[in-house]
Amino acid sequence: MRGYSYGQPLFLPPIEIARNHPIPDLLDKRLVFVTGKGGVGKTTVAVALGLRAAAEGKRTIVCEVASQENASRMFDHTEVGFHEVEMEENLWSISIDPDESMREYVLLQLKVRAMRDMLFRSRIFNYLAAATPGLKELVTIGKIWELAQLDRKVKSGRKYDLVIVDAPATGHGIGFLETPRTFAAIARVGPIHSQAQRLDSFITDHEQTGTAIVALPEEMPVNESAALENDLRDEVGVAVDRVYLNGLYPERFSKAEAERLTGLAAGEEGAVRAAARAALSEHGRARSQRAQLARLRRRVKAPVKTLPFLFEPELGPEAARQLAKRLS
Amino acid sequence: MPTLGDVLEGKEICICAGSGGVGKTTTSAAIATGMAAQGLKVCVLTIDPAKRLADSLGLKELGNEARRVDPALFEKQGVEMKGELWAMMLDAKATFDELIARHAADEESRDRVLENRIYQQISSALAGSQEYMAMEKLFELHGSGEFDLLVLDTPPTRNALDFLDAPKRLTQFIEGRSLRVFMKPTGLAAKVAGRGASVALSVFKRIVGFDLLADLAEFFNAFSGMVDGFQARAKRVNSLLADPHTCFLVVCGPQGEPIDEAVYFHRKLVEAKLPVGGVIVNKVHYPAEQLRGEEGDLPAALAEKLGDDGLAGRVADNFADYQALAERDARNIERLANELHASGVIRVPYLDEDVHDLAGLAQINRYLFATGEERVAMAAGRA
Repeated sequence: MRGYSYGQPLFLPPIEIARNHPIPDLLDKRLVFVTGKGGVGKTTVAVALGLRAAAEGKRTIVCEVASQENASRMFDHTEVGFHEVEMEENLWSISIDPDESMREYVLLQLKVRAMRDMLFRSRIFNYLAAATPGLKELVTIGKIWELAQLDRKVKSGRKYDLVIVDAPATGHGIGFLETPRTFAAIARVGPIHSQAQRLDSFITDHEQTGTAIVALPEEMPVNESAALENDLRDEVGVAVDRVYLNGLYPERFSKAEAERLTGLAAGEEGAVRAAARAALSEHGRARSQRAQLARLRRRVKAPVKTLPFLFEPELGPEAARQLAKRLS
Repeated sequence: MPTLGDVLEGKEICICAGSGGVGKTTTSAAIATGMAAQGLKVCVLTIDPAKRLADSLGLKELGNEARRVDPALFEKQGVEMKGELWAMMLDAKATFDELIARHAADEESRDRVLENRIYQQISSALAGSQEYMAMEKLFELHGSGEFDLLVLDTPPTRNALDFLDAPKRLTQFIEGRSLRVFMKPTGLAAKVAGRGASVALSVFKRIVGFDLLADLAEFFNAFSGMVDGFQARAKRVNSLLADPHTCFLVVCGPQGEPIDEAVYFHRKLVEAKLPVGGVIVNKVHYPAEQLRGEEGDLPAALAEKLGDDGLAGRVADNFADYQALAERDARNIERLANELHASGVIRVPYLDEDVHDLAGLAQINRYLFATGEERVAMAAGRA
């Protein structure tokens, strides 16, 4: 509802806008941030989205930003570092290091070699670069933006159709996406100011950039995802295209079956009793998760898609491939 | 193996640390509740912006002041509350402002810092300032002597180590070694204004813009009188963390990655000579260990009892899935236990109901404060 003053018919203009400028579907955008609180499976979903896009023939790169190397680990790959490394056909991965991004940024800014060398050796420069609040996040987002350009700034840079970012956990997540705007405000003039503004308008351009929130089917994660969606839309101004509810248990047993198992769980012994109890526990969780799914659907505006809980001890590339097929 | 009650005996501060999404907030609230129930006056502090703690304690909201949780709420859950439970949510910016007010020589220099735009960014946004302020508040509350025990729910950092490094990074930034360079009459402030600018400075100015650099120079100037006070305070905070009356608990989940992080984090705490009380692993699938070797004819046995081959097959498959997860958890926890040597691992089972209120906390508490054998017995009676 941004940009509309009170007193005007609120329901008409948005429909007009939607008709005239259809918002591209998630994977048709140039840049997608996968966000959510810690431990919800952001990396898995980001990699699954990458696999899906690659399978559709899109040249895709998955970016990590906290030098965690979780994505490359999923592919049993050695650490990729600050390089665009091919994981599969059409799928690349990079771990964006802020110091390397800063270096690259300066290289692109300064054409005179002697000046660059002098700068990197300068103690004052290094200290100021480290001390300026938000500068690391800014150059990280700058690198993400650079990857998403068809006209790459980096010499002979590969052109990607889609850039997917495994974003930092929320708490820091909104702050991360807000960095360009904050920066544009503190550096009122100068090249950083205009570049920060350019980044902000790219991130908040709903046709180019989207976000997907990953949630878990539990009370507090559902509350937090709803709050996150609000903040992303209203405070940052980015498009929220999907909410993925991850780790949903299958409904393996009907209510009637659960009732039949109650007797076994109470009366029998040994393996039969343990198996009956495990079944009842699965049934209970599956049901309370369905209630959370319904709450999530009521509380968020973006379409909610579910991803199944995978009964697998460790999630590797196979798990990501399975999830990629279930994505929509 | 000691119980959590034994570990926390005589402690004045308990710090729950770990990466995001492992149930740290819930665990902190449960520990505080459990210790208060035993008769202590306990305060649990969080700086989580998501208001999770308030949710789980049945409080509408939490402020920068400690609030007492209504004892009647515990009665309703059948929890006998011998002591008092208090909770507060830390406002990092307000705490930072208070700190500046304390260290500033006079009102003018205080206002110069508070109004500086770089300071405003740092106090709310700079990575590490939240963590530092959490420790600062902890220090202040501990000094007040109002509570028997303080439980700190650390902020949700993606990497658990950020939490340990944050105060150091922040004080280093404030006291910065290069600061002296800027403080000289010919220092940064003068150079920014244009006279005698080094090439590096003028290039940096070209990149970030004059305004930002001027603000930085102003910030360092305004802060220069406070550096000593900050250093002294940080030293005292650090010695409080290393005090034998402080106890760090690492909280994690049973999957491979959280366990790796817990091992790493535990190692770092030990290296830093900080007092570690143990590791709490949440959402553990307990194995039905007594059943090994009996599962072979399970589908047939189930089919006989149920008279339904389809259902029996699904029950058996579900059980196999569950056991596989239980075995994974057991393997991961063993790896963790080997690493920990003396300190204990407390396993809280994956409960059928998701924990988000006092009733759930009471249930978790039964596991947290039980002995190892009691926990196994409780879990076996359940799953």
